[in-house]
Amino acid sequence: MRRLLARSAFTLIVSGILIVALFPFYYALVSSFRTGTELFIPRLWPERFDLTNYAQIFTQQAFGLNILNSMLVAIVVVAVSLFLGMTAAYALARMRFRGRGPMLFLILAVSMFPQIAVLSGMFELVRALGLYDRLPGLMLANLVLTLPFTVWILTTFMRELPKELEEAAIADGATPWQTARLVFLPLMLPAMVPTGLLAFILAWNEFLFAFTLTLSSESRTVPVAIALLSGGSRQELPWGPIMAASVVVTLPLIVLVLIFQRKIVAGLTAGAVKG
Amino acid sequence: MGLTSMASASADPGRARVRTAWMFLAPTLIALAVVAGWPLARTIWFSFTDARLDDLTRYGFVGLDNYLAFDDGEWFGVLAEPDWWNAVSVTLWFTVVSVSLEVVFGLAVALALNVRFPLRGVVRAAILVPWAIPTVVSAKMWAWMLNDQFGVINYVLMGFGVITTPVAWTASADTALWAVLIVDVWKSTPFMALLFLAALQMLPQDCYEAAKVDGVGPVRALIHITLPLLRPAIITAVIFRALDALRIFDLIYVLTSNARSTMSMSIYARQQLVDFQDVGYGSAASTLLFLIIAMITISVIALGRLDFDKGATR
Repeated sequence: MRRLLARSAFTLIVSGILIVALFPFYYALVSSFRTGTELFIPRLWPERFDLTNYAQIFTQQAFGLNILNSMLVAIVVVAVSLFLGMTAAYALARMRFRGRGPMLFLILAVSMFPQIAVLSGMFELVRALGLYDRLPGLMLANLVLTLPFTVWILTTFMRELPKELEEAAIADGATPWQTARLVFLPLMLPAMVPTGLLAFILAWNEFLFAFTLTLSSESRTVPVAIALLSGGSRQELPWGPIMAASVVVTLPLIVLVLIFQRKIVAGLTAGAVKG
Repeated sequence: MGLTSMASASADPGRARVRTAWMFLAPTLIALAVVAGWPLARTIWFSFTDARLDDLTRYGFVGLDNYLAFDDGEWFGVLAEPDWWNAVSVTLWFTVVSVSLEVVFGLAVALALNVRFPLRGVVRAAILVPWAIPTVVSAKMWAWMLNDQFGVINYVLMGFGVITTPVAWTASADTALWAVLIVDVWKSTPFMALLFLAALQMLPQDCYEAAKVDGVGPVRALIHITLPLLRPAIITAVIFRALDALRIFDLIYVLTSNARSTMSMSIYARQQLVDFQDVGYGSAASTLLFLIIAMITISVIALGRLDFDKGATR
C-alpha cells in the first residue's frame, strides 16, 4: 500500500515536470492554428488545424529569407569554430608548452565576457570592415560566443584520447598536421557532433549582435525577425503569426535535440563539470 | 661530449613541438584577438570619450567623466545615475533569486530522474526542450501565455479561483520582474538538472549501501551524503548560471523592453549605446558590467577553491 502510494506520488512528480517543461511549446503550437477572435479565447485544446498564420509569415514577411540567413550564419560559424577549435584543442590537449595554463584560462575568461562589453567595439569593427547590415559581420561577431567554448569542450574530449596512437603516428614519421588530421580528426568526430550542435544552437539563438549589427529586414536572422514581428495595426501584436514563427524556428532544434540528446548531455557536462 | 649531444638531441624535438603548438594555436588566438580582445579594448577606450554612434571616427577624450564627474555642484556620470544603480540592484536581485531557484528545482528534477523508471530516457530528452528553445522565442511564448487579457495563465488561475481579476504580468511594475524570473527559471532549470544528474550518476554507491546498513533514512542520506558530494558540481553550475544571469539581455528586452522595473545592466548599457547613441556613456556602463562580472568570477573561483581545500584536508 505504501509502495503504491509512493509510486503514484512519484508518477505525479514526473508528470508535473513534463507538463511544466512542454506546456509552453504545446500552447504555442495550439495557438499557431488559431486566427481572428478564436485566438483571444484561451483554451487548452486545439479546435482546428488552420495553417493561415504559417502562410502569412512566409508571404507577408521576409521570414523565409530570415531562416536562410540564420542557417547561413550558424553553419559558417559552426564550421569555423570547429576548425579553429580542433587545431587549438590539439595543441592545448596534446602538447606540453609554457603558457598552456594561462592560454586555457584566457579562453575560459573570454567565454565569460558579457556580450554587451564588446558591443561598441564590435560595432566599430564591423562598420570599418564594411560588414554592417551584412551576414559576414554577424558571422564574425558570433565567433566570440562559440569559439571559446568549442575550444574548451574539444580540449576536454581530446585529453581523454590514448597517448599511444599519437606516439605510433610520430614514430611512423607523421608531421603534427598529419597526426592531427589522420589520427585525431576521425577519433574526435563523436565529440565534434555535440560541440557543433551546441555552437549551432548558440549561433541560431543569438539576438544582441544580430539586432544591433543589422538594419534591414532582409538581413535579419530569425530571433530578430520574431522579436520585431508586427502586424497591420500598431495596437495589437499579431500573436497568431508570432506563435507560428516560433514553432517554425523551434521545431528543427527540438528534432535535433531529441536525436542527439545523449551526446548533447555529454558535451554540456564535459564543458561544465570538468571545466 | 656524448652528454651535450644527447641533451641537444632531446631539446630540439621539444623546441620543435613548442613551435608546432603555437602554430596550431595561432589561428584561434588571432580570431579571439579580433572578435574579443580588440572590441573589448575599444569599448574600454570609448568609455573615456564622448563618442556617438552616428559617427564613431570623431570624438574627444573626456577622461573619467562618463563614470563620475563633478560639475557646478552636481555629480554626473554612470556612477551618479539612479537608473544605473536601479539596474545594478535589479540584476543582482534577479541573479540571486533565479540561480537559487534553479539550483533547488534542478536538484529536485535531477533526483527524480536519477530513479530508474520506464520512459526515463524520454523524460530526460523532453526536459531539454525548454533549454533548446531560442530565448527570444521563449520570451514571446511566455509573453503570450502571460498576456493580461487573453493569456492562458490568467485563464487557468482564474479557473482555479487563485485570482479573481486578470494580472498584467509583464506590464505592471510589481509583477514584471517575477515574470522574467518565471521564464528564466523555466528555461534554465533543465541545464542545472542535467549537470546535477550527470554528477549524481558518478557518485560512489558504497556510501549509500553503508548508510542503509547503518539505518540512515533517505532524507538524511540526501543531506549528509548526496549534497556534500555534489558540491563541486553545484558550485560550477552556480558560476555558469550566475554569469549568464548577470549579463541577461534578450529575455528582458523581448518580454518587458526598456521598462525601468526590469532594466538589467546590459539593457541599461544598450539603451545608452544604441537608443540614445551615446557610445561613450554606454561603453562606460558596459565596462562597469565587465568589471563586476570579472570580480565576481574571480572571487567565486577563489572562494570555491578555498572550500575544496578545506574539504580535502579534513
